[in-house]
Amino acid sequence: MDPVLLSRIQFGLTAGFHFIFPPLTLGLSLVILILEIIYYTSDSELYKKISTFMVKIMGLVFVMGVATGIVLEFSFGTNWSNYSRMVGDIFGAPLAAEGIFAFFMESVFLGILIFGRNRVSKRFYLLSVFLVFFASHLSGLWIIIANSWMQTPAGYTIEGGRAVLTNFYEAALNGSTIVRFLHTIIGGWITGTLFTAGVSSWYLLKERDTEAARPLLSLALWIFTATAIIQFVSGHSHSVQVAKTQPEKMAAFEALWQSRAGAPMSVIGIPDTAAKKTRFEIAVPKLLSIAIYFDPNATVQGLNEFQPDELPSVFISYLTYHGMIGLGSFFALLALIALILRFRNRLFDSRWYLWILVLATPLPFISNELGWMSAEIGRQPWAVYRVLKTIDAASVVVPAGQILFTIIMFSVIYLLLFAVFIKILVSIVKKGPDNVTLGYIGE
Amino acid sequence: MDTLQVLQIIWFFLIGILLAGYSVLDGFDLGIGILLPFMAKDKNDTVALFTAIGPVWDGNEVWLLTAGGALFAAFPHAYATVFSGFYLALMLVLFALIFRAVSLEFWSLDEPRRSFWKWAFAIGSLLPSLLFGVALGNVVEGIPLSDSMEFTGSFFTLLRPFPIAVGLTGLSAILVHGCTYAALKTEGPLHDRARLMGKRLWILFLIMLIISAIMSGLYLPGSLKSPLGWIGAAVVIISLVIGRVWMGRTNDKVPFLMTSLSFIGLWGIAGSYQFPHLVKAAGGSGLHLSIYNSSSSELTLTVMLTIAAIGMPMVLVYTVYAYRIFKGKVNL
Repeated sequence: MDPVLLSRIQFGLTAGFHFIFPPLTLGLSLVILILEIIYYTSDSELYKKISTFMVKIMGLVFVMGVATGIVLEFSFGTNWSNYSRMVGDIFGAPLAAEGIFAFFMESVFLGILIFGRNRVSKRFYLLSVFLVFFASHLSGLWIIIANSWMQTPAGYTIEGGRAVLTNFYEAALNGSTIVRFLHTIIGGWITGTLFTAGVSSWYLLKERDTEAARPLLSLALWIFTATAIIQFVSGHSHSVQVAKTQPEKMAAFEALWQSRAGAPMSVIGIPDTAAKKTRFEIAVPKLLSIAIYFDPNATVQGLNEFQPDELPSVFISYLTYHGMIGLGSFFALLALIALILRFRNRLFDSRWYLWILVLATPLPFISNELGWMSAEIGRQPWAVYRVLKTIDAASVVVPAGQILFTIIMFSVIYLLLFAVFIKILVSIVKKGPDNVTLGYIGE
Repeated sequence: MDTLQVLQIIWFFLIGILLAGYSVLDGFDLGIGILLPFMAKDKNDTVALFTAIGPVWDGNEVWLLTAGGALFAAFPHAYATVFSGFYLALMLVLFALIFRAVSLEFWSLDEPRRSFWKWAFAIGSLLPSLLFGVALGNVVEGIPLSDSMEFTGSFFTLLRPFPIAVGLTGLSAILVHGCTYAALKTEGPLHDRARLMGKRLWILFLIMLIISAIMSGLYLPGSLKSPLGWIGAAVVIISLVIGRVWMGRTNDKVPFLMTSLSFIGLWGIAGSYQFPHLVKAAGGSGLHLSIYNSSSSELTLTVMLTIAAIGMPMVLVYTVYAYRIFKGKVNL
């Protein structure tokens, strides 16, 4: 088998599995921060109890993120050694900075959150909560900086076949960093708040722990409502950025086979690359031109303008991108319903809606993964857009057989860990906020 | 000496400091991990040992992550050569670290499989403790390299006598360090057991040091003539002797400080012999990866130095502060 393809499969597997956890940590850290601010200002034991419960869950999620994140820090060297040689001058620094500025802080203060409630003052505990929130988001920023440089490289020059840094700020704050950071963070907040809403809805449906579940549901849904709607704005800005800086990626997202003025926005369909057409397509006329250029007659570049061997898979790009948008639209709908129910004072007793929230809990994880896949697969065949092809980025000394072996190992290990993670998560939720012990328990 | 060379030398030292920080800090929780099945006689012992390292082990592991990131940023060629060259060995370490990271939490919350998670933590701690030393021994002794900086050996190239001796030396240092920390943090029979194990493993550590020294003479030409190396060795020996003497007394702090110091001596020995090389080439080919031919640009090294100069003092301050919050014996 082709070692490059195997390394891509392995990276997709390990990064994709890792990416289940950090967005949830981001959202949970926000929820916990707000709960702790309420506890600090009101001295309400109820909020302390709820927050402790959420810290317990975040501790578990964080550990999964740590376990799966280590692999990624080293995988550029193990599987992508040519990539490391070619762009290490730029790509390594944000990874090191993530460790120094963010991950140390997140780990040390999460230790205080879990083990130090009775050892530090109320004020210091709140500070620790804030620093965990701050550091987890800062960590996300550095990773997005590294990843965005692969999408829209800047601040570098090519010397002797290697990319060499010429301007750190241009490289870090390249054309897509900020919008991609906001889009990812908001995705994390949607994930964490819908998760929290799902858990509290389950308590309300079971008519247990309602004293804790009501304020938690209300809080989670306020943030969810805001973020699910704001995500449309950030998603739109991100799409405009992609259309302007990586036009072939946008053409693949929309399966726009030919350049045209007044381009339609595809809503649903099945792209057929061989026939260069989208089957069963429903599209809104002129909307793509309006969305990108605020002009119904603007010309949008189609796939025909690019070298066929420099295009991503239109089929996968289209489906992942539209899948993400479909789920995002569903979240916005849920957000609007939450708003209506709240104003009618029916939020806590609309059982159908509570059931939807419970069942929708896994969906933001899927939309995160789809968004990430569309961003990374849509960049192919480039590892670094128009600088380094993926095929030239892989390690040359690692035999395919060894990569296949490690893919199997990662699959088995991650499957096992995920099963145990879910089992433990369910047991924490079933035990409920009344019976939480932070730290390790023997009995 | 121009600016670039100064930066390259500084980064050689900084990565050395990160690695030394990793061994001192994560070393004790790795050691406790390996010894857990033997040190803990019941659930309460396990909880006590887990609680001793629970608040800090993850922060300790970040030293490794940061060392990896810093190596990537400062010396990308060394990062690329070693990690792709040692692929299977490194993957073994990663599998171990994955299990290790989850097994404390899983032991606590997944009761039916407690003995599995206990052993997962032990083996997950054992493999990195052994294999990081083996990797170090390899880059010090030299590995077969092509003129495009690629490793040309196989998995079995890595298992030569000297690297294995270095691996076992590192492992025994970690074991003693785990014992001194466990003794520092626990009371009663568990404390006494940790101290007794420390005394016994101390002998193993001493034997491994002697073997490694003899092997250095055999496999590393000129290594026994380096004055800096002998200063490092003196630090190791003095700290070990003082640590051993205090293990027999009522104070638990001194032995822990001394085993910490011994790691710094060990890194001093390795660093002084290795400088300015990062990865030596075997067979006299002269194709070594040094700080001069493997580094990033002057600008990147400068940016990185700024990041480290701002970030690392902060890290040290709040890490020390966090250790102070959890100081003293664990009480459950």
